[in-house]
Amino acid sequence: MVDRLLGRSHAPEGQAENPTAAVWAHVQQARNLKRPHTLELLKGMTDEFIELHGDRLFGDDSAIVAGLARIGGRRFVVVGFQKGQDTEENIRRNFGLPHPEGYRKAMRVMDLAERYGMPVLTFVDVQGAFPGAAAEERGIAEAIARSTGMMSRLRTPIVVVITGEGGSGGALGLAVGDVVLALENSIYSVISPEGCSAILWRSSEHSAEAAVAMKVTAAEQCDLGIIDDVIPEPGEGAHTDPAETARRIRDVVIERLDALELMSLDELVEARFQRYRAFGPFTVAEQPAAPPARPSIAGRLRGLISGTLRQSASGREEV
Amino acid sequence: MPIRLPFRPRRDAYPPDLWTKCPGCAEMLFNKQLDKALRVCPNCSHHFRIPARSRIEQLVDSGSFVERDADLAPVDSLGFVDLKTYPDRLVAAQLTTGLKDAAVWGLATMGGKPVSLCVMDFGFIGGSMGSVVGEKVARAGEASIAERIPLIIVASSGGARMQEGTYSLMQLVKTMSVVERVKAARVPYISIMADPTTGGVFASFAVVGDVNISEPNALIRFAGDRVSASTIGEELPAGYQRAEFWFSHGFVDRIVARARLRDEIIALLGFLFAPAVDAPYESAAAPGFSPRSILSALTGVLSGDGNGETRNGETRNGDTRNGEAAGSRGEAARG
Repeated sequence: MVDRLLGRSHAPEGQAENPTAAVWAHVQQARNLKRPHTLELLKGMTDEFIELHGDRLFGDDSAIVAGLARIGGRRFVVVGFQKGQDTEENIRRNFGLPHPEGYRKAMRVMDLAERYGMPVLTFVDVQGAFPGAAAEERGIAEAIARSTGMMSRLRTPIVVVITGEGGSGGALGLAVGDVVLALENSIYSVISPEGCSAILWRSSEHSAEAAVAMKVTAAEQCDLGIIDDVIPEPGEGAHTDPAETARRIRDVVIERLDALELMSLDELVEARFQRYRAFGPFTVAEQPAAPPARPSIAGRLRGLISGTLRQSASGREEV
Repeated sequence: MPIRLPFRPRRDAYPPDLWTKCPGCAEMLFNKQLDKALRVCPNCSHHFRIPARSRIEQLVDSGSFVERDADLAPVDSLGFVDLKTYPDRLVAAQLTTGLKDAAVWGLATMGGKPVSLCVMDFGFIGGSMGSVVGEKVARAGEASIAERIPLIIVASSGGARMQEGTYSLMQLVKTMSVVERVKAARVPYISIMADPTTGGVFASFAVVGDVNISEPNALIRFAGDRVSASTIGEELPAGYQRAEFWFSHGFVDRIVARARLRDEIIALLGFLFAPAVDAPYESAAAPGFSPRSILSALTGVLSGDGNGETRNGETRNGDTRNGEAAGSRGEAARG
């Protein structure tokens, strides 16, 4: 049970030469309990942090933290997911699985950012939103949808850093920004590898293959253009040196923000809209999927009368 | 988020045989009668899932639908392989549905009023939202802004399409950012949640309509059973996450039986319409919706061309002109 909640797995291990195993090792690294989460990273990069609590509607979600931070002399609104580093803290943080209140708190403080001219910095590390009855009935879907929509139009710069797991809609609710960065060992996927395996392979044993198929690693996501830049982790991974990890994140964030602040707010919001508007390749097929049905005699007569048959015939040739 | 594969017999799609067994009451139903009843069981009023084209036919003024972007087709951007390759799944779905992807959008009239309509088709890889579906929803929204006509989206989807990876996830943002613009432009958006509306589709455009309507007993939820069971081991009570559950929790305005759906939307459109920018609404009607073109669209349908595809070229030009006109009106109002 605890293993499941923490996303730990006893699935494929060993043979690191095997590319599937290497990707799975990467997934496990992204989920390493000792990785620094939002609060640990803030400790290493802020001069000052004031946490704000509550969504003003129902309660305070401890799986998402939000507040005001001063980083390199600049004011920020910071929002991020918070897993625990031990079992006790994990129970308090609901194993890092947020309820709708978390996203609504995020929206509340992002509104402060817009009104008081502060950039938004988010840290994303979540397996997914809490998938239980309490979250559903209080509208987790609505909270995520509105948060996503709000971030797509917020009139202040937004920098997103994926620090561990970027899991599905739960992550996306805080992951819309002008710049999306990711730590080297993080992952980003539309559904957890376990969920993908359960649905497409109809068994949970193919999680590693699912992770490979979805190209979950930060580097692959960077190649796809979903992530703008990968931040290298120190030593054996972020958990071995949280302070250095925080410094590296801070430097890239500040550099990116300097560039974003050269744009006017109108340009910034339009560029963000266009970024997301353009995501997702598709093609324009030559042939219609189904051949158009042959007109009936009555139809052809009517067509002759109104003269549209000629038009549609020529239209068909153009297609 | 159960996604039914196109290779397995689909109980809820039109089967080629005469009879359908109702999953609600186990009654054997004569297909012709069932079609007449809009694919709703006359015995227990179980609402069968229906293909996008049937849904459109049921909703819009007869023959008024002019499909747009029918030629948008998906690509396998990740080289995705599970038990089958993604291109294999696409071809199979395209053959069974006759669609290029899981959504159809176009312009139509309802009760004489022009609307921008996008309908999802569950028969196409579980109605899942990949890049093409996201693009069509976005274009339907952008058309509704350009023409200042209501946006109506009928969702029926298992969620984001896993085979397109994070590109599918980005469709949540793409569609939401357009819906935000629809709202900012004061253009009405009516969201209809048909069975099923789950995952990333529920957690993006489907849940944020100005008015949310659902069909009776439609399955609506964010997290699937399997995700709940495998992540937190929580068993969900029966009847949970049906339309009535969302109605009682305040996320659905109205539960409307299929036979009443069209009338209900038309009634809503009598209250919700985009406020005029600088001209009376009537004069802003698109050239594509002049009586003459409705007539010609009607003739097209009568001549056996149900999807209106052949008139695309003609109408598209007309609509582009109108789009520009609408755009300049918008600027004038802002200035």
